[in-house]
Amino acid sequence: MFYRENGQFKTSYAADQAVFPILQDRIALAALLFVLFVVVPFTFSDFWLNSVLTPTLIFALAAIGLNLLTGYAGQLSLGTGGFMGCGAYACYKLTTIFPDVNIIILIFLSGIFAAAIGFIFGLPSLRIKGFYLAIATLASQFFLEWAFGRVAWLYNYNASGAIEVPTRTLFELPITGPTATSATRYLVVLAIVLVLTFVASNLVHGRIGRAWMAVRDMDIAAELIGIRLLRTKLLAFTISSYFCGVAGAMMVFLWLGAAEVESFDINHSFLILFMVIIGGLGSIIGCFMGAIFIWNLPILLRSTFGGLIDAATVEHISFMIVGALIIFFLIVEPHGLARLWQIAKEKLRLWPFPY
Amino acid sequence: MEILFNIFIQPFIEMFTAPDLLIQVLWEGFVSGTLYALIALGFVLIFKASGVFNFAQGIMVVFGALSLVGLYSLGVPAYVALALCILIMFLLAATVERFVMRPLVNQEPIILFMATIGLTFFLIGFGEFVFGGEPKLMITEELGLPTGSYDIEAFGGLIILQQIDISAALIAGAMVAALAVFFNKTRIGRALRAVADDHQAAMSVGITLQQIWVIVWFAAGIVALATGIMWGARSDVSFALQIIALKALPVLILGGLTSIPGAIVGGLIIGLSEKMLEFYWGPMLGGSIESWVPYFVALIFLWFMPQGLFGERIIERV
Repeated sequence: MFYRENGQFKTSYAADQAVFPILQDRIALAALLFVLFVVVPFTFSDFWLNSVLTPTLIFALAAIGLNLLTGYAGQLSLGTGGFMGCGAYACYKLTTIFPDVNIIILIFLSGIFAAAIGFIFGLPSLRIKGFYLAIATLASQFFLEWAFGRVAWLYNYNASGAIEVPTRTLFELPITGPTATSATRYLVVLAIVLVLTFVASNLVHGRIGRAWMAVRDMDIAAELIGIRLLRTKLLAFTISSYFCGVAGAMMVFLWLGAAEVESFDINHSFLILFMVIIGGLGSIIGCFMGAIFIWNLPILLRSTFGGLIDAATVEHISFMIVGALIIFFLIVEPHGLARLWQIAKEKLRLWPFPY
Repeated sequence: MEILFNIFIQPFIEMFTAPDLLIQVLWEGFVSGTLYALIALGFVLIFKASGVFNFAQGIMVVFGALSLVGLYSLGVPAYVALALCILIMFLLAATVERFVMRPLVNQEPIILFMATIGLTFFLIGFGEFVFGGEPKLMITEELGLPTGSYDIEAFGGLIILQQIDISAALIAGAMVAALAVFFNKTRIGRALRAVADDHQAAMSVGITLQQIWVIVWFAAGIVALATGIMWGARSDVSFALQIIALKALPVLILGGLTSIPGAIVGGLIIGLSEKMLEFYWGPMLGGSIESWVPYFVALIFLWFMPQGLFGERIIERV
């Protein structure tokens, strides 16, 4: 009833091409941002900020990275965890080499190292396609995992083999390390995620995104209409790894506080892949939905059944439920939560009339 | 200079000065190669008949082995437990077909692939829920499998061949032969190949897709059970086996996703190269390079043959 576009005329090309063409959408988005930036940090408890909101945002960013590659450019990758690790270890090395540079800049820079690694491991995509490529990306995952554990230079030769986050400040306020409050860390994560989401959204709506989608739909046809496959595919790998790298750096520096090899293992890659598939391939908003769903479902299960049965059993049952739900979702809506959201909006535009 | 020496000369000197060690390493490579080939075989069976990349093959290996050990610990005699396990694998195949494959018919390959990852998660949770997470011992002796070893003195050293490894290799060989006969000579085998070629054409000549799927998943389940027994006998039965099963993936792409001989040859190439590189070149890089070397070997092969050694050449048209 309130979600109508009557009277909203598009009088310019810019208005016609807008990502959010409907006024109500823009109002809702502004309200959501206001709540996220102003209301949430002051009212939510540390548990919510630390275990729910911050990781959800970080994983959403990683999911966007993977979605650019898999959902838009059509190259299935199972190496997300490794690329996130690249970002994290690069950021760790950068903080030790340049202790005076602002941490936010370093987080953005660390993505570049992940992008370089992604570029190298994207090279096989020129020859190899489909599942063959998916398995080839596992090479990067296992190689990087091995490197994080074995190359002592990466973790500054410390005995534990883990990386510890030093305290760094922004405007005299600690944002990383043990002294930073969860609210400041949450705000920094939120800001970085929003900036990069904006970048991603512009990428996929522009020329580059269209080239990616053409390659995804049929790479030979794309080549025939003049898209250079080499450049397009490698660009997808590079940019995707950049996003994953920044997400990895944030995961360690702004959420976990310390990390070791296990933080970036193959299960991690699958987790991100689940988010992308459940959220919807080829949809930015789907990444957020997927991250919210996949990350918070086990937390919800734990808090619901936590008191009734012992912890190990809850863990097993939540595995079963997540597995079953993934299958269920794939059967009911293979295009993910983003499509459900779209359908709901279409229905809402006509409500309460059937058509 | 020294690095070049270490890479190109030192390992070969070691090979020639200690041939007994070389043979031992080659044997180890051969045995793990056959076991990788067995897992890869399970993947290939399902991929050939339904175009589904079945990620759950690894957990099916664990699941089969765990139910065998679990049934035995309940007091069921070993051979009865084995028979019951085969029944369990059949039920699993039927359930998967009914609740996962059938509703997802005609979906894109990536969706089906994701569904099998979902299945993997479900089975991990289910297996841990029913059998518990701790590692268990495989009932090797009770199944009548040999456990001793042959110690052969040769080349001025001792070469140890575990009997369980020999039987693993024999069973793998027998299984491959049986599957080859099944695929090429029987009525069902021919139907399977028809489905693999073209779902719709197969249906139009009266082949029931559902039945075929149950049969392939069941066959893959039996292969998984055999792999689980063999691998369980070498180490023990735990969920870590599922990670080892990922090693079968480079085997798959090396041999080609649709080729049974490819799985065998790929398995042997990966097994041998992995052990050789780990033993002679691994220490130079800091060890444990087994985890990624197979993928790189497979990648190098793929660079020249993008469909694997025996994969079908895909002709792409716009």
